[in-house]
Amino acid sequence: MTNSSAPILSVQNLGKTYSGGFQALKNINLEINKGEIIALLGPNGAGKTTLISTICGIVSPSTGSVTVAGYDIIRDYRQTRTIIGLVPQELTTDSFESVFNTVSFSRGLFGKAPDPAYIEKVLRSLSLWDKKDSMIMTLSGGMKRRVLIAKALSHEPSVLFLDEPTAGVDVELRKDMWNIVRELQATGVTIILTTHYIEEAEEIAQRIGVINNGELILMEDKNSLMQKLGKKQLLLELVEPIDSIPEALAEFDLELGKDGAQLIYTFTTTGERTGITTLLDDLKSAGIRFHDLNTTQSSLEDIFVNLVHESAA
Amino acid sequence: MNIYGILAIYKFEMARTRRTLLQSIVAPVITTSLYFIVFGAAIGSRIQEVGGVSYGAFIVPGLIMLNLLTHSISNASFGIYFPKFVGTVYEMLSAPISTIEVVLGYVGAAATKSIILGLIILVTAAFFIDLRIAHPIIMLLFIVLTAVSFSLLGFILGIWADNFEKLSVVPMLVITPLVFLGGSFYSTDMLPPLWQTVSLMNPVLYLVSGLRWSFYEISEVNVVVSLASVSLFMLICLGIVTYIFKTGYKLRS
Ligand SMILES: Nc1ncnc2c1ncn2[C@@H]1O[C@H](COP(=O)(O)OP(=O)(O)OP(=O)(O)O)[C@@H](O)[C@H]1O
Ligand SMILES: [Mg+2]
Repeated sequence: MTNSSAPILSVQNLGKTYSGGFQALKNINLEINKGEIIALLGPNGAGKTTLISTICGIVSPSTGSVTVAGYDIIRDYRQTRTIIGLVPQELTTDSFESVFNTVSFSRGLFGKAPDPAYIEKVLRSLSLWDKKDSMIMTLSGGMKRRVLIAKALSHEPSVLFLDEPTAGVDVELRKDMWNIVRELQATGVTIILTTHYIEEAEEIAQRIGVINNGELILMEDKNSLMQKLGKKQLLLELVEPIDSIPEALAEFDLELGKDGAQLIYTFTTTGERTGITTLLDDLKSAGIRFHDLNTTQSSLEDIFVNLVHESAA
Repeated sequence: MNIYGILAIYKFEMARTRRTLLQSIVAPVITTSLYFIVFGAAIGSRIQEVGGVSYGAFIVPGLIMLNLLTHSISNASFGIYFPKFVGTVYEMLSAPISTIEVVLGYVGAAATKSIILGLIILVTAAFFIDLRIAHPIIMLLFIVLTAVSFSLLGFILGIWADNFEKLSVVPMLVITPLVFLGGSFYSTDMLPPLWQTVSLMNPVLYLVSGLRWSFYEISEVNVVVSLASVSLFMLICLGIVTYIFKTGYKLRS
């Protein structure tokens, strides 16, 4: 049923209305290819967890359909759920089980024959091997998070959902985590993660989706997203500070910074022309001299905040 | 068929019992012994014989039923309620495992524990009374059917319950009274005629009566009727469980 060009995950017109009548997802359409790393961004309550839970079988969809590797998540749930691994947002673990047993339990639950050697490999890769006999209750929050990851990997999934995997996790573990994600990707695993740390999405994902109010308002290649929506700023350090921007430069919408010692010009790289040349010419005519210039690019975070505000308006 | 999945749940549940061995096994043995001392020795010495057997021997089937019912229900209900409560149920819901497989795991484990418990009580009883079992196979059949059906009931209860109170209310306020009023510790012919009729509406009476027949060939209702009713009860519970998973009732939002 699968071929290399077909998407590994395909979501069509997916909608979810909770029993209370709240519409958490509105007509989501999305396709993800094998081996991609996708980051889903969106404010609290946007619907990220609902989307993931629906694909994984925890929440029933109200409308639309989802296929994983060509299998329908309802009709062929055995196939799709065997393919998928999930690290949930909440830290929900058993308390009295040992680490090794709980991970082995997960493998069994997902229909795989016991394989202690594989479990050992997973535990080692997450630096959990020396804790294998510890009761989960006795672990720290970050270690419990690793246990959840180990459980999700226990059945060798080829699509992995990570719902805010780095919430409450220290820098060290976060780095470990991204290394693991990259290693998994190298073996062909598709990874869909949510995060509130935008620099993470920027660092690790190839495509970025933004969900707001239950709608997927954007799904774009990270680089083209940055290019398309990224505003650039040209900073000019003036030789002599000025009090106000001369009339002749009004059309550039300049801002004054550093008590008049800096001129800020905002432009986009997507237009026909940036306007920089004209600006520099006009500055010369106006007799404003500068001794340094610098450009900055807006971060994904700025883009994200703008998007969410626009879609709310 | 996800055999490994069933086994995983079954083993997990059995491991839970090992951790609470005192509560699961030792406590019932002590309670049973107390019953024999109080009812069997103290009161029983005043009651001559019931239907041709000593009072101590007469109450054995009732005691077994009491333990089978309460423990099947509490084991199975707690087994599924707890993952719901702490949230670990997400894993089961996202696993490639069907209704029937989940039920096999949970109900299988709960029933296994109850059956072991029933047999332990039987052995305990043998220390106090002169035990004879006329139809061991029928006895086992009753124990197994009862353990399975009430574990199913417990499973349903665990899914329905959304707090700990609901979880304990059914065993305490429904099952225990039914067992006590179901002729576990007396024969209904000791009651006035009106209450004999009322007793016949108590489903537990059929279980106790059936199990007692397998021991001593004395019964309030025909043993076939007893077997038929426990089987019917099991089918009803199975039906409800299937409905629950088909609709995701209380599990999937
Ligand atoms: N079981 C439920 N019943 C009713 N409403 C729900 C349920 N689960 C979630 N919601 C609502 O659906 C909306 C989306 O929730 P969801 O958990 O998907 O958001 P999220 O994007 O994951 O947020 P966060 O970043 O805080 O994790 C929220 O308004 C939430 O209150
Ligand atoms: Mg969430």
